[in-house]
Amino acid sequence: MKAVLQVQNLSVDFETQRGRLQALRDVSFSIDAGEIVGVVGESGCGKSTLIASLMRLLADNAILRSGSALLQDKDLLQISQRDMQALRGRDISVVFQDPMTALNPVISIGQQMIDIQHREQISKAEKRKRVINILEKVGIPDPASRLNAYPHEFSGGMRQRVCIAMALMMRPKLLIADEPTTALDATLEVQVLRLLQELQSEIGCSILFISHHLGVIAELCSKVIVMYAGEVVEYGPVSQIFRSPSHPYTRKLLECDPGRIKERSHVLPSIPGELPDLTQPPPGCIFRLRCDLATEKCLKQIPEAQAVSTDHWAKCHYAESAQ
Amino acid sequence: MSFRYTLAGRLLRDPLAVLGLSIIVLLVLSALFADHLSPHAYAELNIANRFASPSLEHWLGTDNLGRDTLSRVLQGGRIALLVGILSVVIAGGIGLLLGTLAGFGPRWLDNTILFLFDTMRAYPTIILALALATLMPRGLSTVIIVVVLTSFSEYGRVARTQTQSLREHEFIAAERALGASSIRIILRHILPNILGPFFILVAINLPVVITIEAGMSFLGVGVPPGTPSWGSTLKDGFDHIRTTPWLILGGGIPLILVTIGFTFLGEALRDVLDPKLRGER
Amino acid sequence: MNDTLLQLNNLRVTFPVNHGLKGLFTPRHKRSVDAVAGVSLQLNKGETLAIVGESGSGKTTLARALNGLVSIASGEAIFDGHVLHQDPDWSQIRREMAMMFQDPTGSLSPRMTVRSLILEPFAIHSVALNDPDQTAISLLEKAGLSRRFLDRYPHQLSGGQARRVGIARAIALQPKLILADEPTAGLDVSVQGEVLTLMNHLKRDLGLTTIIITHNLNILRHIADRVGVMYLGRLVEVGSVEEIFNTPSHPYTKALLSANPTPDPDATHHRIELIGETPSLLSRPAGCEFHTRCPWAKAQCSRVMPDLETHTNAANLVRCHFPLNELHPGAISRPD
Repeated sequence: MKAVLQVQNLSVDFETQRGRLQALRDVSFSIDAGEIVGVVGESGCGKSTLIASLMRLLADNAILRSGSALLQDKDLLQISQRDMQALRGRDISVVFQDPMTALNPVISIGQQMIDIQHREQISKAEKRKRVINILEKVGIPDPASRLNAYPHEFSGGMRQRVCIAMALMMRPKLLIADEPTTALDATLEVQVLRLLQELQSEIGCSILFISHHLGVIAELCSKVIVMYAGEVVEYGPVSQIFRSPSHPYTRKLLECDPGRIKERSHVLPSIPGELPDLTQPPPGCIFRLRCDLATEKCLKQIPEAQAVSTDHWAKCHYAESAQ
Repeated sequence: MSFRYTLAGRLLRDPLAVLGLSIIVLLVLSALFADHLSPHAYAELNIANRFASPSLEHWLGTDNLGRDTLSRVLQGGRIALLVGILSVVIAGGIGLLLGTLAGFGPRWLDNTILFLFDTMRAYPTIILALALATLMPRGLSTVIIVVVLTSFSEYGRVARTQTQSLREHEFIAAERALGASSIRIILRHILPNILGPFFILVAINLPVVITIEAGMSFLGVGVPPGTPSWGSTLKDGFDHIRTTPWLILGGGIPLILVTIGFTFLGEALRDVLDPKLRGER
Repeated sequence: MNDTLLQLNNLRVTFPVNHGLKGLFTPRHKRSVDAVAGVSLQLNKGETLAIVGESGSGKTTLARALNGLVSIASGEAIFDGHVLHQDPDWSQIRREMAMMFQDPTGSLSPRMTVRSLILEPFAIHSVALNDPDQTAISLLEKAGLSRRFLDRYPHQLSGGQARRVGIARAIALQPKLILADEPTAGLDVSVQGEVLTLMNHLKRDLGLTTIIITHNLNILRHIADRVGVMYLGRLVEVGSVEEIFNTPSHPYTKALLSANPTPDPDATHHRIELIGETPSLLSRPAGCEFHTRCPWAKAQCSRVMPDLETHTNAANLVRCHFPLNELHPGAISRPD
């Protein structure tokens, strides 16, 4: 299948007061058409830098060291800002974590959604029809009458539905969902996940779904990218990775999730130690200092991606035996 | 953390801040040592030699009474700094007190203090100065009172908004939940967090205060006649602008310098204290 | 032999709405909402009670009312002999009842060092210390941090470390009760375990009584003895942690439990999906307040409000006319 997005060797630094912070190092992955790929990782793993790079919304002190990100044929990292602007919302769009700040509070929902179609050569009545149509699809009851409502008149769950409707209205090829359910309650989270699944299969777009919640990834995605301290440490199908993780970090992360531990336990697992300082990354494997399996080899040699099976690899010298 | 990343270190890497600081240091030193630096006594009259052009003897010439302009400008710096610092400290103190009370206290107190602030701000500075000057004897204290009355509300408003945004923070609730009294919370947890933006305001406001003093003296309601203030030097120069333009320069240049100096410093301080730029973890 | 530490009877907390001019034209009963609408429960010494609910369920407000941060509108609350609903001496009560706040870093005063943050409780209550440094170090160590953190500022701490400082502050004065509001919120999965383990150890070593406020069911199983489920400011189910997890009786509890995505791609979800969203506190539904979202609602549910009571087959106290284990033994599968 043809890849919709192909990211290769992406490295991004930030110029900080303490020196150059290597926020992303050699990140490579691809997303096939119609696929939902999850990105999982804890704070400081580089998730937000990855999204910002793909959307060309990096802060001023960011330096693109190397890499490419091909959305079909166009390199998102190289095209002009003007071309990028044309792509945003049309070929690639984003749903953010906080639905309140993502919507303009003083413009009605209907107007905002008509405005984002400004590039379309169709009549206003037709744009309106489209808006009603997509709002109906995301489950807003009686959308025609809600067009004049303002964001604050919607509840949190409804607002996130509106954001999803806005992101999907132009039928993008790639939707980036940045923790879209984190701000929602559990019962609403489930509703929004179901909605995303339905819309995805109807529109046929690919989704890059960022989350720190392993359960959500397992439920929604077909593949998962595991990030740690600015690197992709493991990549592969959800069913394989969650059943038999190959990277020690993935394994530990899964062990930690309290949702997996069904028996009452007074001592819960955790990953001792801290993230390394990315202005001076330690030599060798980035996870070495927190890894039980670390050996001399891990100090001397940065591990390459080791294939575990088709479409499944891990950056660990002992990827095979770690299982 | 090396010196490079301390407040002073980052300040000194900003050329504008260095320029501002140098001007201020120069002014403060010249004010402190005015007596030693002045080539002549500032009150020394020499009617025979009035309106002298700049010369080696009188670098900035003499005024209508034959007094040495440079000596008077140096002495004027003392008055400017004295008025500036005293009134900023008093107005800042009052503003800080009222502002934090308004921001932290109950609704009715907030409304009352806010009403006071709004009333004080409604009067244009110069009008209030003229009104007060007619009621009070001429002198430095009048100048300071006028400046304090017209400027404390601005400090107060800043302190109030800062306090209000802080009181919503969780650490304030956490302190209350520990049993801390309101006074303790204001002194230990609110004040240290609002002093940063407050100092920036002070730095930017100081030249404004000095200009108010000069303005009042220029209008003849400031310092008593004979006192070598920059404003009165400007006024003397203005009266004889056709014959002795150097008098205007003598009174005006230090005013410009002090404004530039404190403005540069204030803006640099704001950049350095901006929490968004404080990234070290 | 009195083991009760905290007793709540029909506790209510209200918040004003429609104040100002608008209030003059609003009927009295619409000028305030009940954030906590009549909560009764009893907490024994040494027990850990978890209050679970989604946003707007009133769980945080309940905790804040117990600590005097918001005032009690009506009902009774008695904490270890102190009558909380009659304007008590909060300073003394706060000494005996410590509170931990949601945001691990944001609940620490930003310009104080860890040392002064930990010594702050002693200073507030004028407790003289022989060796403040030693006290600070031993509290830090109890919370699992080494002394090298003493001179750090909050922004130099990770979320987990800040949370540990919060715990050290909470146990400093040896309180009788700890109110912990979302103790793992904002923490990475890999750190949550550490914090929960620490809290379990402290409970064992210091005999703490704790109320944990959370929306995260995953953490409850490992830390709570009893669970109270809140919906729209009322308790809808109260029971031991095993019974809540194994035999939930209220449909909402069941929905909450099943809405918890587990990181297991093979798990077959018998999910109960709720319809719609939580109603506003301003317009509480008539009858059972959950009937608008309940998959099993019957005609009676929209008319009569059920009480929180025991049912013949349900182990837990439950506010439902038709508790699940009673009438729907097979109701595990999704309703149509």
